[in-house]
Amino acid sequence: MSAGKGVEDRIDVFIDGEKVSCPPGTNLIDLVAGMGKEIPHYCYHPKLSVSGNCRMCLVELGTPAINRETGKPVLDEKGAPKIMFFPNPAIACATRLTSGMHVKTQSAKVKECRKAVLEFLLINHPLDCPICDQAGECLLQEFATDYGRGYSRFIEDKVVKPKRTVLGPRVMLDDERCILCSRCIRFCQEVVEDDVLGFVDRGTYTTLSCYPGKQLENNYSLNTVDICPVGALTSRDFRFRMRVWFLKETPSICTESSVGVNTLVGSREGKVYRITPRRNDEVNDTWMPDSGRALYNRIDAKNRLLKFRVNRLPVRPEEALQEALRRLQGEKVAFVGSGQSSVEEHFLFDCLSRAARSVLNCLVGRTREGDGFLISNDANPNVRGALCLGFIDTLPGAELTGLAEKINRGQVNTVVVHNEDLTTAGIGPGQLEKVEVVYLGSHGNGTAEIASVVIPTLTVFEKSGTFINQQFRLQKFLQAIPGPPGVLDDLVTISRLLNLLDGDEDRLATPEAVWSVLSGKLKCFEGIAFDTLPETGVPLDASAFRSLPFCEGASLHFEPETESVEARA
Amino acid sequence: MTAERKILLRHADEPYYSPGISSYLAYGGYEGLKKALKRKPEDLRQEVLRSGLRGRGGAGFSCGLKWSLVERKSGKPIYLICNCDESEPGTFKDRQLAHKDPHQVIEGMMIAAYANDVVQAFIYIREEMPLGAKILQRAIEEARAMGFVGGDICHSGYSCDIVVHRGAGAYICGEETGLIESMEGKRPYPRIKPPYFPAVLGLYQCPTIVNNVETLCNIAHIVRMGGEAYAEIGRHGNTGTRIWCVSGKVRNPGYFELETLTMRELLYDLCGGPLPGRKLVGIIPGGASMKILKVDDNFRNRDGRAITFDDIIIDFDGIQAAGSMSGSAGMIVLDDSVNIVEALANIIAFFAHETCGQCTPCREGSYWARKILARMCSGGAREEDVALLYDLAGNIGGRTVCPMGYSITWPVQSYIGKFRDQFEANAKSNTCGVESFAERLIEK
Repeated sequence: MSAGKGVEDRIDVFIDGEKVSCPPGTNLIDLVAGMGKEIPHYCYHPKLSVSGNCRMCLVELGTPAINRETGKPVLDEKGAPKIMFFPNPAIACATRLTSGMHVKTQSAKVKECRKAVLEFLLINHPLDCPICDQAGECLLQEFATDYGRGYSRFIEDKVVKPKRTVLGPRVMLDDERCILCSRCIRFCQEVVEDDVLGFVDRGTYTTLSCYPGKQLENNYSLNTVDICPVGALTSRDFRFRMRVWFLKETPSICTESSVGVNTLVGSREGKVYRITPRRNDEVNDTWMPDSGRALYNRIDAKNRLLKFRVNRLPVRPEEALQEALRRLQGEKVAFVGSGQSSVEEHFLFDCLSRAARSVLNCLVGRTREGDGFLISNDANPNVRGALCLGFIDTLPGAELTGLAEKINRGQVNTVVVHNEDLTTAGIGPGQLEKVEVVYLGSHGNGTAEIASVVIPTLTVFEKSGTFINQQFRLQKFLQAIPGPPGVLDDLVTISRLLNLLDGDEDRLATPEAVWSVLSGKLKCFEGIAFDTLPETGVPLDASAFRSLPFCEGASLHFEPETESVEARA
Repeated sequence: MTAERKILLRHADEPYYSPGISSYLAYGGYEGLKKALKRKPEDLRQEVLRSGLRGRGGAGFSCGLKWSLVERKSGKPIYLICNCDESEPGTFKDRQLAHKDPHQVIEGMMIAAYANDVVQAFIYIREEMPLGAKILQRAIEEARAMGFVGGDICHSGYSCDIVVHRGAGAYICGEETGLIESMEGKRPYPRIKPPYFPAVLGLYQCPTIVNNVETLCNIAHIVRMGGEAYAEIGRHGNTGTRIWCVSGKVRNPGYFELETLTMRELLYDLCGGPLPGRKLVGIIPGGASMKILKVDDNFRNRDGRAITFDDIIIDFDGIQAAGSMSGSAGMIVLDDSVNIVEALANIIAFFAHETCGQCTPCREGSYWARKILARMCSGGAREEDVALLYDLAGNIGGRTVCPMGYSITWPVQSYIGKFRDQFEANAKSNTCGVESFAERLIEK
């Protein structure tokens, strides 16, 4: 407003006659999507460059007519500006809105264009929906139903192209189904910079292909399957295993690293079939690594713990809890938490450690080299949760040297371990002999072998909770499938122990209940409730931890705090 | 007496005239460049604007206006590309200019380059003209040795070199943004406009001027004779001469440089009329992608007056008023020996083969039309095919990335529109028993 002729911050445009205000240069498809309407499209993807090749998003565009002599808008009989519509339809994906622009997304001409484009796309398409893995989430199916002709006028022979081409270890290609939208090619070029896909041949014989001697094998290759609007690219892991309309999709968070990739867990009848990325423009956009998608295999892993045990013998849950309680009531108890635990678990574990008068709380650090994109240097998804709750106050190392020293000096009798393996974290056999171990964990490991009490717990897919990622963003994951029969939720186990220890019977073991306490207790969690936490998370105030030398480097939507970088140097 | 007016081709076909620089210099070659280098680039651009020169590649857009749209404030280098990817069926004028008088092209290019502060010029020549590439390359070397190309041209302090780039054989490389993609080493997929207007985001995302060979040759003459004098040639809005390529069913086909002639003068006086015993039926005025004009039809001139086919004036406006476009000036003549359905099948087969396949309507529609026409030509036509063909062709033009969509729409719709009787007769002669749509719906 201050500068008379400055760039306008907001402009008015008219979508099907409806006045909408938006910043200049807004993409038309995105704007209309934000209004709850749809401009059908195949090749456009909000996170890729605009290609404009599918021609599905054709709309009619108009601008106010300007009198060339006076330079003023031409008015109609009613005194409103006269709108000149362009004779040819324009693609919405390449349209950047300017002031006063009029768009028709539902006119007869637009509908005719969509019908024609769909007809062209379908004439050489195999129409093998009954055996196609994409059926149910196929844009060709959906738009053909919504905008298509409903019958075929094509009686010629279809073009024959390669079927079942192996593009890489995880991706399969059916060239006949491909509509040549080039999303996968642009993804490989622009997002992962692994330029292995391209078109060969010309015209209707154009074929998607991998460069000779190369494979689509980067750790993000399955994103091409996600963005493929049709059934051309399919996941070799998921194909033919489950019809997508049977899948229940649960919002979750990937535990692969502290990036906290937002995911959807697809499950049916207590079995997880696939993990796909969930859009979060602040964290992972619409992408996720292939390695994170394979994590559901841990649910049915061979070393999954399913039984409560005391001294290696199976017992009833209550017996195991009583045995664990007896050891917690003893002197000199140390607690080893996990960077894989949720915020709620950290909170209750911290409460338990206080009630048991813990001599030492520690966490096992897991650093490795990330990829600078969606896998960070920290393989623990929730170290920041433990920091925020005060379970630890320094960053964890890979070796539990403090614990080892205390055991050597005889200052620890019992170690309570949550989901970690002491044997690989710097505690030798000689030291393990000197202590009793209570192990709570979902999977067996060296520690479970020697623990006197073993309590099985759940994986991230079987419970609900929150993580705090590298950006100090609090993100929620929900239970996708029930846990194995008889196995208690981690929160139930820990709160039960806590109740037994301090005699308080009122504690509830759900994330909602934990948050009703947490939000009032800690300043950084003020006003947050589990139920109302947005699916894309909320950023927390991280000022208290600015001086800590976090290990993460720059990645998508994340720059490390300069202070911590300096501290590391 | 009807005659050509030869400006660009004045010397090219003279005996003993060679593509070497000595021939060109003997007739005052490079005088235009020398003259131009003494003037301000801005002046030269005005001169070209005054000349009214329209692009000879196909669209007939004003050359001066095209130059005025170039983004000059971005600080990026400006490139000039001479489009010698002449691949429209029926067109062979650029080939003559490049093969027979390459220095005329080079002079025009260097003037255009100087007038637009171009730092590097290119000639994109189609793969099928290997000899032309050699001739141009040799001519550039001669011109460089004489100081007309390269560093410090004619001691003016201005430097610009020319690189000859050979295509790999694709019709679509004649489209300027497809050409630019091809020069960058990519598949020649035409770019979307907006935002990729060559004048702003062209070659290597820098401002780029793409001009046709014939357009650039005209530049040399505009500078020599002056814009006003040039504008005197031809009709208002259609200045200068134009080289028309006549092929097909006439006695004397060939290329003719014309000022303002009528169809009768060109086809009967210069080309000798139809073959013995034959009657002209129609012409495709500007290359295979243009709409056909039927000889028996009534036409209008650009003032709206009714005229016959013989009186159509052969220039941009004359052909446009008659209902087609002068395109690349490749005139194909059809007589009564031609089966119109087969002629259309031939043309559509070409465009189906040459569609780049980037965008849906052109990629799929061209092949569909090709298959329907092939069926029609082999006795398998159904009654509804004519309407289907007409409708599907209408779904292509104007909805594609580049104007090539019209290369399907225009021929199909104009042939069916003007020769519907032939298509319908063909559809009735279904000898192969292809089921009609209605028949297929009946349960058996």
